[in-house]
Amino acid sequence: MAEVRAEMTANVWKVLVAAGDTVSDGDTLVILESMKMEIPVIAEEDGTVSEVRVAEGDTINEDDVIAIIS
Amino acid sequence: MFESLLVANRGEIARRIIATANQMGIRTIAVYSEADADLPFVREADEAVLLGPAPPAQSYLDVDAVLAAAEQTGAQAIHPGYGFLSENADFAESVVKAGLIWVGPSPEAMRSMGDKIAARNRMAAAGVPVAPGTPDPVPDAQAALAAASEIGYPVMVKAAAGGGGIGMSAAFNDEELTAAYETARTRAERFFSDPAILLEKYVPSARHIEVQILGLADGTVVALGERDCSVQRRHQKVAEESPSPAVTPEIRAAICDAAVKAGEAVGYRNAGTVEMLFDTATGEAWFLEMNTRLQVEHPVTEAVTGLDLVAEQLRIAAGEPPSFVGAEVPEPRGHAIEFRVYAEDPKRFLPGPGAITEWEQPAGDGVRVDAGYEAGNTVTPFYDPLLAKLIVHGANRQDALAKARVAVDEFKVVGPKNNLPFFAELLDNDEFVRGDYDTGLISRMRG
Repeated sequence: MAEVRAEMTANVWKVLVAAGDTVSDGDTLVILESMKMEIPVIAEEDGTVSEVRVAEGDTINEDDVIAIIS
Repeated sequence: MFESLLVANRGEIARRIIATANQMGIRTIAVYSEADADLPFVREADEAVLLGPAPPAQSYLDVDAVLAAAEQTGAQAIHPGYGFLSENADFAESVVKAGLIWVGPSPEAMRSMGDKIAARNRMAAAGVPVAPGTPDPVPDAQAALAAASEIGYPVMVKAAAGGGGIGMSAAFNDEELTAAYETARTRAERFFSDPAILLEKYVPSARHIEVQILGLADGTVVALGERDCSVQRRHQKVAEESPSPAVTPEIRAAICDAAVKAGEAVGYRNAGTVEMLFDTATGEAWFLEMNTRLQVEHPVTEAVTGLDLVAEQLRIAAGEPPSFVGAEVPEPRGHAIEFRVYAEDPKRFLPGPGAITEWEQPAGDGVRVDAGYEAGNTVTPFYDPLLAKLIVHGANRQDALAKARVAVDEFKVVGPKNNLPFFAELLDNDEFVRGDYDTGLISRMRG
């Protein structure tokens, strides 16, 4: 099980996966937006998304958990 | 001169405009979003009006809210700063229709330069050199491939309505171009609500050089020398200097002449910047685009000319002559460099908003800091990452570099990530120190 965490304070622009989805290493899970820049959050291993903890429009802080992949 | 001015912007530029207006005895009105209530620019204006919540669409880009604030406070003029509504010709027109003074060029001049395709064609017709590129919007990836085979790789893909490097990328082959085209189109629609795309010849070893112009109240257009803006990451400027180490007196005369021609072709009034691509291999300079507003890096021109460009803008908007006599622009003195202190990590340049717990800025002879924040403020993810601009002015480039090293070392920001350590690195970089660099400098530093 791996927690995917935010690298910075940001707004959640797009959520591209849902719980139950199968993902591969390198897939984009969500796209954050901070300071006029889009920041894709990438899966770093193959697995199944067991939980997505953010929704589009949320503001999240550095180190917040975005998703859990198992 | 008008008696009151609303500044439709935020952060360092709002603060900088308010400072000049205050000195000129003009009553100042700030507008702000909920996220910015504690920033210095709100406090330093004579009055401040809350526009709305943090997202720009609900605050700084809300035309009706800005116009309502002007009406409510009896503002006589509006200065848009840069970004946000500054290049929105429809907004400028609404300001004029409301009987207010727009501190900027006419909406017509803004329109003719706002679309990069139309601007290129217009400049070519006026005898200003433009890079090989597409004279019409490129409708799809297939057409982009056809255009590229005519122009020759590499090509730059750009949003016609774009700015700030958003949606822009270089392509070296068909595969890259197909991807770049789709990205540019998506971004163009999202950020500029206009999907038009153009292709232009890309020069890998180029410098980005721009000329500051002023269209005076009597119709004369004057050039105030150049700025070299070749230190870039993600096609966005990080440091700028004037004069450019690459520009000889002959080249300066030629690019200033082209910039004046560009301004004259559209009947330009007020401050504007003509951006050019300078091919270091051939010495050719091509028109890129014109920014119809005050530029972020205007302080380097102020440092070498001794002028206050915001004061000149306000004079022109009020129909008054400039502070200098006729078209006798001041002879530039010495060398100035600006460093954009961004809230971003100094290695990968990714955003790092956060609360500022400590802020110590350098001061002294030849050192200027235009800051948007102070200790106790929080940098939010809603706006651009610019925390402050550090500007140094020396007798020559070497002197300016020496002042910069001390000033960067003395500048202390604790809380958000910031790129000050990158500037220490830049000031130690051989290419930058020699002045012999191009827009690929940061990529080479980060290899």
